[in-house]
Amino acid sequence: MTAAVNPKKLIKGGLHDWEVVIGMEIHAQVTSRSKLFSGASTEFGGEPNDHVSLVDAAMPGMLPVINEACVAQAVRTGLGLKAQINHRSVFDRKNYFYPDLPQGYQISQFKDPIVGEGEVLVDLPDGESITVGIERLHLEQDAGKSLHDQNPTQSFVDLNRSGVALMEIVSRPDLRSSEEARAYVTKLRTILRYLGTCDGDMEKGSLRADVNVSVRRVGDPLGTRCEIKNVNSIRFIGQAIETEARRQIAIIEDGGTISQETRLFDPGKGETRSMRSKEEAHDYRYFPDPDLLPLEFDQAYVDALAAGLPELPDAKKARFIASYGLSPYDAGVLIAERASADYFEAVAKGRDGKAAANWVINELFGRLNKEGHSIETSPVSADQLGAIVDLIGEGVISGKIAKDLFEIVWSEGGDPRQIVDARGLKQVTDTGAIEAAVDEIIARNPEKVAQAREKPTLLGWFVGQTMKATGGKANPAAVNALLKAKLGIE
Amino acid sequence: MSVDATTVRRIAHLARIAVSEDEVAPLQGELNAILAFVEQLGAVDVTGVEPMTSVTPMAMKKRADAVTDGAKADAIVANAPETEDHYFLVPKVVE
Repeated sequence: MTAAVNPKKLIKGGLHDWEVVIGMEIHAQVTSRSKLFSGASTEFGGEPNDHVSLVDAAMPGMLPVINEACVAQAVRTGLGLKAQINHRSVFDRKNYFYPDLPQGYQISQFKDPIVGEGEVLVDLPDGESITVGIERLHLEQDAGKSLHDQNPTQSFVDLNRSGVALMEIVSRPDLRSSEEARAYVTKLRTILRYLGTCDGDMEKGSLRADVNVSVRRVGDPLGTRCEIKNVNSIRFIGQAIETEARRQIAIIEDGGTISQETRLFDPGKGETRSMRSKEEAHDYRYFPDPDLLPLEFDQAYVDALAAGLPELPDAKKARFIASYGLSPYDAGVLIAERASADYFEAVAKGRDGKAAANWVINELFGRLNKEGHSIETSPVSADQLGAIVDLIGEGVISGKIAKDLFEIVWSEGGDPRQIVDARGLKQVTDTGAIEAAVDEIIARNPEKVAQAREKPTLLGWFVGQTMKATGGKANPAAVNALLKAKLGIE
Repeated sequence: MSVDATTVRRIAHLARIAVSEDEVAPLQGELNAILAFVEQLGAVDVTGVEPMTSVTPMAMKKRADAVTDGAKADAIVANAPETEDHYFLVPKVVE
């Protein structure tokens, strides 16, 4: 990133302004049925050690055989990150000891990863956007899980996750605030979900982040960084960065120095603390795994995968802006999830795109959030919402009635057109009927009529009374015109 | 290349092998002898030679993405010194 330093993103210390520099390693679980090097299931949960083959348990003599679908997923992800795809990559052993790592090493890619440099375009809430460099993406095995709270003296080890394929996606230190970091992870997650290469479910650990944080005075070279391990929600990523940056600033302003180390974020206490045990483990003694040949494929293989990619978020957003006349903000909201984008397109097809976007974003999303529904479980289908948009467009119902109609469809279901007919929700455009209502209100409120001639803003009160008298069904434009004429307001 | 006593202690620890103080000096000698032996390979000029990964030209063998294994928790924990509900039990490890 070459953008100039944005003063708004600096953190104020006691003495100086500080720039925070962030890089991330995202571990994304590859969507696949079986593991990276064995035929055991990747399904979440399961009885202890039930999704484990003798390969995953590292029994002597077992040999890893790669899952071709995981290779394809890594290449597809690389293409989605506009990255260099390496036709030859190598698996290495990363050696360390831990009870949930039965091999004593993790099969990973060190020197020659499957995917090289790429980039992610990240939109920020203020409308600005930044390009975050991707350094590499490599395939590796996940470890098992240790439970420490079952017994006072022992840890329980379950290897169900052991050997599940992960993509480690390493960014360049291009991020300058916790907000940018959160936006980056959000965007990366959206891309992965569009591609179908990772489900992005952070609660189930499908997406975890290691966050590298350092601080510096503006214009100085990079400071010493600390790595915060295994942060498992986007909100916590933001909190961990803020906490860690302030810790480092306080130390430096007190005349101290930062030592490079691995730290853990404790959301309960709102602090990061040192994981000393991890320090010596950093001597991983990588070497090429003699059980695995280099992974090689040709350009035709990459081209075939490229041809099968779905429309990606950036392209979809640009198309929504161009074809439906949406604002970049609205387009951004709609494309955040593929299912939302598909729903919107179903509503917008053959209709006014902006009206469709308004209804999807303001009414539907608002209601879904409130009730804890996802777009997939929406009680109002795209066809039903489309019919409501049509009824407004045709002048059959007013915007206000449309909201009532939406409520009826939400809770009772049914065809919006039939509901409008059956319950007499049609907008009254018959000027005679509206005029009668207007005349009555004027006759009953002579003092207000006098005031309105002095103070034209009182027109709103008359409009409200008329709408009330007509059960909200009067055409607001007709009401306005009639009232203005009768009250003599310009 | 040669190793000193500190390096011997460190790699023993990384490999989780208990090495007593008396053993450090003899091990250092043995390791340095091995390293010296391996260093003779440095005499061969391998400029422009690709590292060989297989004696015969072979492509990496791949599997289809299908669940063909697992559901054998009894066998997985069969040799474990201690288990409970098919979990491996190990001395407590906490960060």
